[in-house]
Amino acid sequence: MTQYDDAPQPDLVSGAGEPGWGAPTADAGPAAAAGPAPVTPADAADAARLVSFGLQPKLLPARDAEYGELLRRYRDEPAFARLADAVATGLGLVVLEVSTRAGMAVTAAEDSVFAVRMGEYARRASADSADRFLHGLAHLAVAALAFPRPEDLADDGYIGRITVNGVDAFVRQACRRLEERAEQEGENTDPATDAPGLESAWRIYARRSATGATKDARRLAGSTTGIIAKAVTFLVDSGFLQRTGDDSGGAYRTTARYQLQVRDMAGSAAMAELLELGIVPVADGSAALLPGEDTEDLDLVSDAGLPFHSG
Amino acid sequence: MHGSAPFRPLSVRAPTLCDVTFPAPGAAAPQLNGPQRPAPGPAADEGLARRLRALACTAPLHDLDVRKANLAGEYGGYAMAEVALAVIDLVTLNMDFDTGADHEEIVAKVLPRVAAQAPRRPAGEHERVARWVLENLINVGSVDRGFRAVYGTFTTEGEYVRRDYDFKLIEEVPGSGGSVYLRATDEAVNVLVGALDTDVTSAQIAAEVKLEVLINRGRLADAQLAAEQARYRTVQYAETLRRTLDATRRNVRAVDWLETVPDMINEALDHVADRYRHENAILTNIRKARDETEEPEHKRRAAELVDIVKDCIRRHTQLQSRLLEAGPLFRAEQDRQAFATPVARSGLDLYGQLVAPLLPLPAEQAIRVTDAFFAHGTGLRTPSAVRVGDLVEVLLTPPVEREHLGAEMPEPDLVTTPDDSRFTEAQLDAAMALLTLPADAPRRLSGLLAEARRGDPELPYLVALLAVHAASPPVGTAYRQGEQQLLFAVDDGTELIDPEFGGADLIVGTALLDAAGMAADRSEVA
Repeated sequence: MTQYDDAPQPDLVSGAGEPGWGAPTADAGPAAAAGPAPVTPADAADAARLVSFGLQPKLLPARDAEYGELLRRYRDEPAFARLADAVATGLGLVVLEVSTRAGMAVTAAEDSVFAVRMGEYARRASADSADRFLHGLAHLAVAALAFPRPEDLADDGYIGRITVNGVDAFVRQACRRLEERAEQEGENTDPATDAPGLESAWRIYARRSATGATKDARRLAGSTTGIIAKAVTFLVDSGFLQRTGDDSGGAYRTTARYQLQVRDMAGSAAMAELLELGIVPVADGSAALLPGEDTEDLDLVSDAGLPFHSG
Repeated sequence: MHGSAPFRPLSVRAPTLCDVTFPAPGAAAPQLNGPQRPAPGPAADEGLARRLRALACTAPLHDLDVRKANLAGEYGGYAMAEVALAVIDLVTLNMDFDTGADHEEIVAKVLPRVAAQAPRRPAGEHERVARWVLENLINVGSVDRGFRAVYGTFTTEGEYVRRDYDFKLIEEVPGSGGSVYLRATDEAVNVLVGALDTDVTSAQIAAEVKLEVLINRGRLADAQLAAEQARYRTVQYAETLRRTLDATRRNVRAVDWLETVPDMINEALDHVADRYRHENAILTNIRKARDETEEPEHKRRAAELVDIVKDCIRRHTQLQSRLLEAGPLFRAEQDRQAFATPVARSGLDLYGQLVAPLLPLPAEQAIRVTDAFFAHGTGLRTPSAVRVGDLVEVLLTPPVEREHLGAEMPEPDLVTTPDDSRFTEAQLDAAMALLTLPADAPRRLSGLLAEARRGDPELPYLVALLAVHAASPPVGTAYRQGEQQLLFAVDDGTELIDPEFGGADLIVGTALLDAAGMAADRSEVA
């Protein structure tokens, strides 16, 4: 702060005589000492303003002239870009991308005041681990169906389309395959009564009803479609999805921000957690892994207790 | 177990590989373990577990009869298990390819049976009973909307473990436009038909062979039972195929379009063709049986059987049209997904690398992964801060008076249209009375005109008009609407001699139509 205090003085003086482009020349002296570019409180205000635009995820740069202008400045002025990044970092935000398509795409760092906590997201989830799992899985499944192939997640121009019932059917299908596999192998998947934590994850989903009639014709909140609908509604508020229609329980399309968030943050975080558990999903790099019965990857996973083959 | 003991050394000694894994001689290990085994192994236990689960599926039905005593009121007279089975029956039969059965429809259809059980009780109570049974079959009270039974098995280590078996009898599924439909689960269908743990295809063939034999021997009562069972099997088969097609629609690469799916579709088409032939043959047989038999009871049963087999055929046709759609759908998806320009970067495979490996994990491990995804995938929320000043203002603002009634409706300005028809209603009645002729006594138009002229000088015009219309009677329409009789007019060459009209002196008469016969023909054509 102290070094900024000196900066405005010459700026004001030169600004009176030669507005705009006069500032850099007048600042040449102090700039050499403080850094490559001078920073004024006005710049800091603009940088903070840009970050505040980023905090309104549903705001589109194309719809707001000031937002667009600040984005242009971020692109053209490295000093301003660094300042905006610093403001974001200081607030506990991670900058994913700054572009005209995604805007100032920022997301909450862990432990930031902006982070979403599961307990605030769904009250039941903090008490009931099954509900907590289902809410998390709903978010993961929405992303998986929105970007079904690795190419889709990598391709900046890709727009995913999902429906609430489609996501539910997709997860149920995966669960049913696992059930069939267990049946074929003669495995008894019914969990021990006193150890619910050892129950296979897919069973928790398969067991929960898909929907249910309620007295007031609303969606049953505890059903899987209810949980998925909550997830997509939340993602709409985060500026990650846009509602496109009402068919199949609600149809949505993805935004550039969602792709960034899944690709750069959530996907890798979940992968890291999975690796820590000793599960190494093998990617051959060529194509999407198939949910079919005969893929090697699923075979590996079914021996999840032994991540590395003895051979 | 003991009976097989002498043979054990024979089967174990042969593979010498045992020596590699066990330091002790291969033959010694089973001899030590054999007699000391605490319980039959998991293989023998598996059959028991399967039967225990099958038994558990019937428990909710027995439970209904036990719990009816706790209901406030006189519900002892109702056989709840019977109502429950009828409900499962109805839901299974109403399960269509796309959706399922409707709540209200099921309640309405089961009401006659409930009412028959206690005819003196009020209708409201019957409906309450029907709803109570349906809700209990869904198990509305629990969050899973399902049932859980606990049973015990021995593990491979000989340890006794109690396990939870979760199942549903009727589940609620989302339909189009946000509605909720009912479906009978596989467990329910199995409980209902009593054929636990059987193969769909083979059971269907068996049921149909049985049906043919029964029809040949003229035992229609049993034949109906067998036909109904065949229909349950058909529904179950269609359900299996529907799920497979759903998966195809989601992701082209998720299914093997080189071999598995074409094979499956061919198999299903063959199945449809085969069943179609088969059921048409049955249909012809039963129709013959229906027409030839003298006994009214047999006739009725055969007619019911015709309906059931027709329903089977309808379901097969529906299945076939879905199968034919599968190919074009695949090609369209292939165009979209596979022929786009490849992206240089390779992304993360969310399904293959996250969802698929995660689902088989134990819940307590899987939750760590989903938590990580949730924490990093939900984006951000700006915490809301409330200013006390605003809060006070909001809280103290009186609620806005809402206007329940909208703007006043203007009184519609109605203008009576002038009655410009040439003939009055009374004249039409008079003309129709005149033309109501007995079937065996047709009349000449000249006589009718003369009679009409006696009462009203305008009436002959109307009679002439109606007679000319009758010259080309709408037979097809009358046939479709099941009319009993039809007015007709025929020209036999006689000229009409009349002061006002010229032309042929038509013969006007009434033809009787065989409405019952036509209705029967119609249903068979359909």
